[in-house]
Amino acid sequence: MTKNIMIVGVGGQGTLLTSRILGGIMVDAGYDVKLSEVHGMAQRGGSVVTFVRYGEKVYEPIVEEGQADVLIAFERLEAYRYAHFLKKGGAIVVNDQRIDPITVVTGAAEYPEHIIEILEKDHNVYRVDAQAMAKEMGNSKVFNIIVLGLAAQHMDFDKEEWLRVIEKTVPQKTIEINKKAFLAGYAMK
Amino acid sequence: MAEVKIMLGNEAIARGAYEAGVKVSAAYPGTPSTEISENIVKYKDVIYAEWSPNEKVAAEVAIGASISGVRAMCSMKHVGVNVASDPLYTIAYGGVNGGLVLVAADDPGLYSSQNEQDTRCIARAAMVPVLEPSDSQEAKDFMKTAFELSEKYDTPVIVRTTTRLSHSQGPVTLCDRVEIEDKPYERNPAKFVMMPANAKGRHLAVEQRMKQMAEDACTMEINRAEYKDTNIGFIASGIAYQYVKEVCPDASVLKLGLVHPLPRKLIEEFASKVDRLIIFEELEPVYEEQIKSWGIRCEGKELFTVQGEYSANMLRKALQMVVESVPAAVVPARPPILCPGCPHRSVYSVLKKLGIHAAGDIGCYTLGAVPPLNVVDTTICMGASISSLHGMEKAKGKDYIKNWVAVIGDSTFMHTGVNSLMNMVYNQGTGTVMILDNSTTGMTGHQDHAATGKTLQGDVVSAISIYHLCKSMGIENVVEVNAFDTEELERIVREETARDKVSVIITKSPCVLLKGQTFPDKCVPVPEKCKKCGACLKPGCPALTKNEDGTISIDETMCNGCGLCKSYCKFDAIETKAK
Repeated sequence: MTKNIMIVGVGGQGTLLTSRILGGIMVDAGYDVKLSEVHGMAQRGGSVVTFVRYGEKVYEPIVEEGQADVLIAFERLEAYRYAHFLKKGGAIVVNDQRIDPITVVTGAAEYPEHIIEILEKDHNVYRVDAQAMAKEMGNSKVFNIIVLGLAAQHMDFDKEEWLRVIEKTVPQKTIEINKKAFLAGYAMK
Repeated sequence: MAEVKIMLGNEAIARGAYEAGVKVSAAYPGTPSTEISENIVKYKDVIYAEWSPNEKVAAEVAIGASISGVRAMCSMKHVGVNVASDPLYTIAYGGVNGGLVLVAADDPGLYSSQNEQDTRCIARAAMVPVLEPSDSQEAKDFMKTAFELSEKYDTPVIVRTTTRLSHSQGPVTLCDRVEIEDKPYERNPAKFVMMPANAKGRHLAVEQRMKQMAEDACTMEINRAEYKDTNIGFIASGIAYQYVKEVCPDASVLKLGLVHPLPRKLIEEFASKVDRLIIFEELEPVYEEQIKSWGIRCEGKELFTVQGEYSANMLRKALQMVVESVPAAVVPARPPILCPGCPHRSVYSVLKKLGIHAAGDIGCYTLGAVPPLNVVDTTICMGASISSLHGMEKAKGKDYIKNWVAVIGDSTFMHTGVNSLMNMVYNQGTGTVMILDNSTTGMTGHQDHAATGKTLQGDVVSAISIYHLCKSMGIENVVEVNAFDTEELERIVREETARDKVSVIITKSPCVLLKGQTFPDKCVPVPEKCKKCGACLKPGCPALTKNEDGTISIDETMCNGCGLCKSYCKFDAIETKAK
């Protein structure tokens, strides 16, 4: 059975690093894996999405509407934008942060209110203010790994495996803080 | 056991080049091809790798290396193939000595490009064979096949990838590098001096070669008929093959690895064995038209579009299968924008204030076309800003372009902008050219070029001075200015656009995302001084948001502290504080 995961956010939020960790753990576990990312222009503050699929044999590298088991969102509006990709009973793990798109900054559009509450009507939503937690840990950049830790609760890998792959994937100097960030997300209720 | 590594398609292409014994690689960065060279340089002990100023030069570097007897390659995005097509069309006649491969990365869906052209069309016109891998493993394997075919058939070979393949990761089994012995060089003007008498002979050789290859293609392993249920049969290649397998795992599929020239007999045989034949190829109906011209009944573009990226769901819908879908929420779009702290925003805020139109070019600064800046009026191709502005002047006279400038980045200027500037000088233009020098090739993720002073392999070299390059053309008015000095920049733009001579304004400030580039301060709002006028919001920095009461907030994690918002506040309601 192929499992489908999506990581969505705003260009520059670190979706690529997170997807590398996900890809790493799946290959180590012996699965066939495909990941698909967005590089180039959209990375300049645009809406970005990474697809991760793993199972015995994976053909298509993208996740399509109604297929995702887990949606990892680094920003609220992006969770809302891609929620229709979730299958029934899928989980949304959302970093409770607001980043206004330029359409909102210029007044051409309004940032939707009550996104989390709307999403909760149809989906299992797990929210985390990872920004605040990361800041408390002394490195606001590791917020994405906190979110990943929370999302990891909905995937079939051991804590130790996660930590081993994080150690292999992140820059040497940031291994400890990233591990700490992951564990903080992983321990959340 | 062989090592298995998860690799980006582009990383796998680089690995394939390494394993194939490539010795020279040249490229100009362009999404989605850039990571090929960035990964090849990891093997710099055995492969010479460079960023060339443009794709034509890159192709010629690879061609020279091939003629001298080593395996060589160049890589580029699809529109780069246009730039390289001059040498490509002719080396197709000449052929190779050491294997020669051009990797072309197409962009169906236009994730980061100005058009959606299909490299296979160019390859057909140039009579160059094309291989099309469909996952990371094949991306690596096909590179090796490409070099073998190149040498066997004495032809350059194109390996065509697409954004989805280049930027997808999948497991790849690694092999060792095979060291290929250099081929001896022998002078052979009939093959490599393409003047008319010689080229006539080579044209015949090319036709013969393609015919032979088409025949041999019927038994090549990379063209594979997978017979299952014969009620329906697909012909597919590249990433489209994966969508077919995803949707119809039990259907018969003819998977093409070599997509030009086509294995006619193999296709005819496959067609005769299936009841319904569907051609599922992304972008242009390249093999569909050929197959139909042979009198084979099949469906293709009747069912599928020539625009955009394909997907499994597109195939499901065409086959009238059930696609579960929930309507998407209607939410504000989030288009790409200039980053907080981007020097281009500062330049555009000045041009906007002065009501100036910009003939634009290719790079991050193309984003000056969108709200709230709305400064850039045209974007065509690399280098076109300067030459198209010149054309406007020649059409309408010098006064017509007094409120126009050409804007071009440093890397794009070195690519092909320099030719256009020569033309403007030579043909007595009076345009104002702004070179937005952020010391890097920004949009593609920070690659060096001839004016940065560093090579792909990390060597520190003497940087070509853009200032002196312009001066050497005889341009009197070449001015350098800090991109964030908005007052000075405004004065200079007024002065230079008024002039009846060519002038060049080089706005200097490194890309804020460059390693080590940082502003000492951060911007902080002072709500009690705020008059809620919104002037600070005009340049459109994404770190700023308007609060409900009309004052502003500045996102601490996004703000890079460039101070542009502060320079637009007349009431000192934004301060800079040390980070």
